[in-house]
Amino acid sequence: MTTSSYVYYPGCALQHRSHAYEVSNQAVAKALGIELVELDDWNCCGATEYFSVKRLPAYALVARNLALAAQAGTEELVVPCSACFLNLHKTDSHMRQHPRLEQAVNEALEAGDLHYKPGSVRVRHLVEVIINDIGFERLGQLVRRPLYGLKLAAYYGCLIVRPDNVLDDVEQPMLLDRMIEALGAEAAPFSMKTACCGGHMTQISETTALEMIHRLVTNASVSEADAMVTICPMCQLNLDVYQDAANRMFETSYTMPVLFFTQVIGLALGLSLEALGFGQEFVSVEPLIEKIRDVPPARSKPERRPKQALPMPAMPQ
Amino acid sequence: MNATRPPTFFDRVVAATPDGERLSQCLQCGTCGGSCPSAADMDYTPRELFAMTMAGLEEEVLASNTPWFCVSCYACTVRCPQEIPITDLMYTFKQMAIEAKRFEHRSTADWSESFVGFVEQRGRSFELGLATRYHLFHHPAQVFKMGALGLNMLRHNRLALRPKSIRGIEQLRAILDRAKVLAEKEAWR
Repeated sequence: MTTSSYVYYPGCALQHRSHAYEVSNQAVAKALGIELVELDDWNCCGATEYFSVKRLPAYALVARNLALAAQAGTEELVVPCSACFLNLHKTDSHMRQHPRLEQAVNEALEAGDLHYKPGSVRVRHLVEVIINDIGFERLGQLVRRPLYGLKLAAYYGCLIVRPDNVLDDVEQPMLLDRMIEALGAEAAPFSMKTACCGGHMTQISETTALEMIHRLVTNASVSEADAMVTICPMCQLNLDVYQDAANRMFETSYTMPVLFFTQVIGLALGLSLEALGFGQEFVSVEPLIEKIRDVPPARSKPERRPKQALPMPAMPQ
Repeated sequence: MNATRPPTFFDRVVAATPDGERLSQCLQCGTCGGSCPSAADMDYTPRELFAMTMAGLEEEVLASNTPWFCVSCYACTVRCPQEIPITDLMYTFKQMAIEAKRFEHRSTADWSESFVGFVEQRGRSFELGLATRYHLFHHPAQVFKMGALGLNMLRHNRLALRPKSIRGIEQLRAILDRAKVLAEKEAWR
């Protein structure tokens, strides 16, 4: 198998808090014949916080990473975190669209002997790299242990499809749903797939965040999903770690496992739980693993309306 | 238009925001507030805040909790029929409120400023330090509750006890310092 190599920006969350994501990314990449080479001496993207305080320094902070990537001679930068992806992508496109901003950011970068020509590095999310560069067909061929019997809710979160709409449809993306099907599982009809997980609100206004988390888990549960699949460390943290607090606030008892998309791919490729970083999650995945069947289940056909005419409205008795 | 008049609040908001000039095209349709996942907690919806901005109600806009409840999910931005960069405008309001030293939402602003502080010190974020500092200062009553969660995070090996630094921290600081000087001159802030 030929190995293609990508320069990779893991982001702060993957260093520790969501280390499971990093472990599964590397394991799956290896199994797929991809090499993810960490960008040397990258810095934090500033999350949503830096832009809330100062705008130009926030762009400069992000641009240092783009300049380092360009200096390393790469034309593509692969990012597994949706917030980092948005900041890197947004800085590149804003610098391209606003020459005055481009000038100011480069004047700041000069203080560190760096320069960045907007458009020279294409920022890509890891999920898009795996889906587009490997493809559903090849992914399907590599499956060793199909995820038969599982119904999974594809949770894209907010930042990956917005605001530049580079990945998929803004309101109804399907890439991750199709990936789930390619792995042998069934994609649940999850309608809140692009709703926000609450971001940093768990810290500064917990009730605001818990309400959003509750809405998402309830919606996934209504769609009869066995688990939710995320592509962002923030979404995984909020839905997994704060699910218990949301349960207490709303007097519910959900135990919805929340997996990273590479953990789901890894399971289908036949990799071990340990190799995929399982163990950091708060909501146990064991019941989910036990649900995997050896043969594809008979899919219940969607109910169709009877062929006769629509029922006429009737007066209440 | 009188060329010599000082810039209004609206002018300053527009100048500080990339593509901010689109704000003058706001239809007051309310799609932004209807799309917002945290609108229920805001004292004004984004639509109301924009009407107030156009009316020059600087005091009221900067005192509003609306920008601080914005979760930066961009749902409003992608749905706005006039393509107004709503999330970026919320960032502008937050920056202006911090600059004007508005203390109505001091604790929320402090969360952002502490995060920035850790990044400027190390080049990476440091969650344990950030959360400890924030909750001790602003919600001391919650420290035990948050401490329990923190311990649980540690048990699951999800918290780093020590911050990491990048090698090029001096380079990063030089870039940020230059950017701050430039921000004083530029309307971008």
